[in-house]
Amino acid sequence: MSNKEKYIRVFKNTFQVNEKDLATLTYQGVDSWDSIGHMNMIAEMEETFNIMIEMEDILDFSSYITGFDIIKKYGIEF
Amino acid sequence: MFPFETSHPENRVVVITDDGLSFTFNDVRSFSETINKIIQHRCLIFCLSQNTVGSIFGYISFISNLIVPVMLDSAIDSDFLEGTINKYNPEYLWLPDNRVNQFANYKVLFSKYNYSLVKLEEKSSYPLHADLAILLTTSGSTGSSKFVRISYENLKSNAEAISSYLSIDALERPITNLPMWYSYGLSIINCHLLKGATILLTSKTIVEKDFWNFLKSQKASSLSGVPYTFRILKKLKFTEMSLPSLKTLTLAGGKLNNDLNKEMCEYALHSGKRFFVMYGQTEATARMSYLPPEYSIEKLGSIGLPISGGEFNIVDDHGKSIHEAGVAGELVYNGKNVSMGYAQSFNDLIKDNDNNGLLFTGDLAKKDEDNFYFIVGRKNRYMKLFGNRVNLDEIEDLLSKIISDCACIGSDDNISVFITDRNRISEIKNFINLKTGIHNTAFSVNYCEEIPRTALGKINYSKLEV
Repeated sequence: MSNKEKYIRVFKNTFQVNEKDLATLTYQGVDSWDSIGHMNMIAEMEETFNIMIEMEDILDFSSYITGFDIIKKYGIEF
Repeated sequence: MFPFETSHPENRVVVITDDGLSFTFNDVRSFSETINKIIQHRCLIFCLSQNTVGSIFGYISFISNLIVPVMLDSAIDSDFLEGTINKYNPEYLWLPDNRVNQFANYKVLFSKYNYSLVKLEEKSSYPLHADLAILLTTSGSTGSSKFVRISYENLKSNAEAISSYLSIDALERPITNLPMWYSYGLSIINCHLLKGATILLTSKTIVEKDFWNFLKSQKASSLSGVPYTFRILKKLKFTEMSLPSLKTLTLAGGKLNNDLNKEMCEYALHSGKRFFVMYGQTEATARMSYLPPEYSIEKLGSIGLPISGGEFNIVDDHGKSIHEAGVAGELVYNGKNVSMGYAQSFNDLIKDNDNNGLLFTGDLAKKDEDNFYFIVGRKNRYMKLFGNRVNLDEIEDLLSKIISDCACIGSDDNISVFITDRNRISEIKNFINLKTGIHNTAFSVNYCEEIPRTALGKINYSKLEV
């Protein structure tokens, strides 16, 4: 499974959304992406890529799109 | 004017919003006068609340003008809202402009601060008890239209007690983290308005950068949370942030695990902040007890001492008081903040005070030799999930409408639902999430061949295991 596929899987599993809706997905854009969902998603990302995401990056992770750049900072290539 | 103490200067800033606007005591007073001119009489109004100026000014104005608000989440499900309107026949709705289209057939009488006043169809009016101030929900999440009837005296006495033990004065600047329809969130607003403090109003959450920017730039002095708030704060490495203005942290709405509780106490101690562990229920308006920060480590895990004017008793199964330390029984509270009782429909709004100051909390508790109280469990099938109370029986009732047999059990912060139809697991999961708003990571739906029952046909919960 490619890194992009893994990233997508985290989003689909945590927020129960369809792949076609991912590109426009933002924090609080769906009911499941609230503060609890946000922290669950972060925990899943950390486990999937075996990284520890810094506080600043947790707060900046506000959409599906911006998340790629954040995960890249931890040496993950997409 | 509610809930302010007298002699506030006109230009006192009451609210600052996250878009940088300030609102004074004069602003809220003139808004309240406008509401009074339009509505003109005591009646019921549904207040779809959020942490914005329109919502908080509406709330203050309704109470001040003896109009009785029913506090609901502005994101409330449309079907549920309609059902609740049918049960309670409110005369008006106060709601965000973006929800007005659902009521397009009705007249908008007034709009300000992105909120609108909608007049519903004229129905035969019904009397409201003279003491009734507000209706609050016991659980934001199970979609129950059962409310707690709170009196004017309840609101006043609880706000006074809370502001006294937290030593709130006009210099305080609490930032809103909890919703206004939640009794704990509302109590923060009431006790600070009472003392002329400035509320830092935001709908942003603690996982957004804007929340922290607002907190820092406006020098927030206190932050309130439920256990899950503190679990997120830990993950955010909150204790390493530089937040010199923040002097007070409060926790209520459930028990924090002892390790994290201790970590927060030690952090507060070392950084010159105060950390208050508190206990309450909506049935007691909000607060019943608090643990003074100087005892936070020595009495770790305790809900502390009753608030001023309140009293705890522990009673056994026969209603007899237990006086010995270390013996558990049901926690009973006595105080002026104990609500008048429940309402299930508009017929109950004329009802007198059912409780007369006495509340059986449903929590099992014991006290120690120094009379500090500790919760040890629950007597009934309520549990707290992310600070909201969830009644497991209500979830079963909800499911029984669409499925033949089911059972719910709960642990600390997780619900397990059992059904006997293997093919409907994901459907039931979506249904619960949709109807109750409970987050899909906070419960699981499991298959079992048959729901275990006792000889009397009652569900045998002890036989259910995930």
